[in-house]
Amino acid sequence: MPGVEGVPVFSIAASVLCLMLICLVPLAAVGLALMNTGLGRLRSAAHSMMTSLCVFSVAVLVYFIWGEALEGFSGLPSHAVIMGGKSWSWLGNGPLFLRHLPLDGSPASLAALLGMVSVGILALIPLGSGADRWRLVAACISTALLTGIAFPIFAHWAWGGGWLQRLGRNYGLGRGLIDAGGSGAIAAVGGLAALAIAWILGPRQGKYTLDGLPSAIPGHNAIFILFGCALALVGWWGLNSAGAMLYAGVPPGHVVLVVVNTTLSAAAAGLTVAVITSTRFGRPDASLTANGWTGGLVASSAGCAFVAPLASVAIGIVAGALVALSVEWFELHLAVDDPGGSISTFAVGGIWGLLSVAIFARVPAGAFESTGEMVAGRSGQWLAQLIGIATLVGLIFPLAYCSNWLLNRFVPQRVAAEGERQGLDLYELGAGAYPETVTHGDEFARGG
Amino acid sequence: MKLLGFLLLLAGWLIVLMAIVLLPSLGARASFVVAGMLVEILGFGLVVRAHLFSPGEVR
Repeated sequence: MPGVEGVPVFSIAASVLCLMLICLVPLAAVGLALMNTGLGRLRSAAHSMMTSLCVFSVAVLVYFIWGEALEGFSGLPSHAVIMGGKSWSWLGNGPLFLRHLPLDGSPASLAALLGMVSVGILALIPLGSGADRWRLVAACISTALLTGIAFPIFAHWAWGGGWLQRLGRNYGLGRGLIDAGGSGAIAAVGGLAALAIAWILGPRQGKYTLDGLPSAIPGHNAIFILFGCALALVGWWGLNSAGAMLYAGVPPGHVVLVVVNTTLSAAAAGLTVAVITSTRFGRPDASLTANGWTGGLVASSAGCAFVAPLASVAIGIVAGALVALSVEWFELHLAVDDPGGSISTFAVGGIWGLLSVAIFARVPAGAFESTGEMVAGRSGQWLAQLIGIATLVGLIFPLAYCSNWLLNRFVPQRVAAEGERQGLDLYELGAGAYPETVTHGDEFARGG
Repeated sequence: MKLLGFLLLLAGWLIVLMAIVLLPSLGARASFVVAGMLVEILGFGLVVRAHLFSPGEVR
């Protein structure tokens, strides 16, 4: 049963602004690629950047072939069923290869473009947790599964007129799930997939001693990590602003508020982690601060258009604290080896972002009108956000884990022990990122 | 244990889903959504336990 209501309308100026904002989004992908590379080891640096380029390409092509058709957009045809007397839209029902879309600056075409670059960001998230041991081919196939199955399903539900977005209209739960910039649809989906990848691959050689204690394997380039943060900020300005316009019906004038909130959240989160690490370790930790900064960006996404700047600072402070503490918790207590900190930054930060909407958001009258959500009042908004989180943890995480577990049965995802010892640059690419630099012995592997 | 954990994750989500469809009031829905999330947390705990390795296990 097709659902054809709630088609947003943009003026020409709004379309141009939205297009320009979307053009900033790839900078977030570049930033994440640099961060993942810097947080990995020197002997796998070229492999990390090469894999980033490949998975970005795979994600974009998969989205073009069938991802956009499954994700859909408000007003476009979708598969829906009647449950409890209400229409539940489960999946987009568009033709493959973007054939139904006139790429003319309409909101649907802009959403397709935003989706195309968003899946590129999504694809880079699990790379951080699989760094230094994830085979290139396996990473590409895993990306196709993530961006071709898990992402379109959740993105349709949260952004494409699906049942999560319609919880307000159908069941009076606030405005339905609010996830303007993708705290859930991009970050949490990617972060939970990163957890699945970290578990399936297992820790790097030498990461844990025979006593089960973790060894420190520091990233090889702090400049990459911190420069990546700066690029990610610009990318997130575009992601949050364009997402707010397209999926939450925010008028162009509100873009300033979105950019201010995004920046404040990242700054507060980064400083929080710097203070926490200074207090605990005697000096600030650059890697963790970078992860905290990115966690602030991620947490800002969901409610970026509907919270006051002061609330953004609070969201950032909590995000930074959560990232700093959960990185240690995953490594020490759960024995999860996540070199890039992707699980804490994106899964924990993303879930906190969704939750923060329930606490801090003040949705003005008139918002969401262009997307068909015109129910007044905030009653039940917190429940809509909880339902979104429950869907991510209860369905999307098992989906990501099972698809990667099955893939691992047919295409082993972890590189051979010799490849890990030698470094992925030489083993898989035949040349290193720094040919004039001598790679020293594997001092981290002694414990294992 | 891992399989049971994933089944509990899915069961928790289905409880959340059914709470929205079947229950009329906000309070009842909220109670069952929270209950579903608790089931999910239990399932996630089992999945975590299944992935912990014992001291002495070579990685």
